[in-house]
Amino acid sequence: MIKITVMEGDFDAGAEIKNLGALGGGAVASFVGQVRGDGDLAALELEHYPAMTEKSLRKIADKASKKWTLRGITIIHRVGRLQVGEQIVLASACSDHRQAAIEACSYMMDQLKTVAPFWKKEIGQDGSENWVEERQSDIEAATSWYD
Amino acid sequence: MPHQLNIVYFAWVKERLGRDQEIVVCPEAVQTIGELVAHLLDMDAVYQAVFSDLKKLRFALDQDFVGLEAPLGNAKELAIFPPVTGG
Repeated sequence: MIKITVMEGDFDAGAEIKNLGALGGGAVASFVGQVRGDGDLAALELEHYPAMTEKSLRKIADKASKKWTLRGITIIHRVGRLQVGEQIVLASACSDHRQAAIEACSYMMDQLKTVAPFWKKEIGQDGSENWVEERQSDIEAATSWYD
Repeated sequence: MPHQLNIVYFAWVKERLGRDQEIVVCPEAVQTIGELVAHLLDMDAVYQAVFSDLKKLRFALDQDFVGLEAPLGNAKELAIFPPVTGG
């Protein structure tokens, strides 16, 4: 079971994890990314490429399903304006044993950071705007899975 | 027949160009993404400020990532945007 959602509204990570757990595996691993309170950051504006976003997230989930034996995957990514402390993304996987779920979860986040068409703009408390730039460490993390 | 392509822009590429999409008619000689970018640069100075450093741009043809060498083929939509920063 693969569930992919892109939306403006918030999600209930607990409920999502419970739903994956109901698939009957022995392990559910999950990652929640949220808006970090850096300096004078007030909010993030998340833009995306609607025609490509779900397709790209599904491709990531499909690849994870081929690399590990999983019972289910949930990826939720929010778009629009998100205040400091708000949830941005959930990646979660259910498997029979913990290693597959933990690794799949980590893999999906590393891939999402480099291939899913989202862009973050930082909004400062004074109203200033700044597009976030890609990080070399994210690229290295994503490619390390092919080593 | 000249190839008509919808180009969509995102993030700072969209902001700096002042448009989120446009329809471009590709001349016969334009076969690849790189050639199309060169063609746009020739057409209008507005592209020069935005496309000057191609290393800072990414391309998706019909919603799949491609490089500058990729043929346009019969694609309907080209997206031009900065490296992604989601998650």
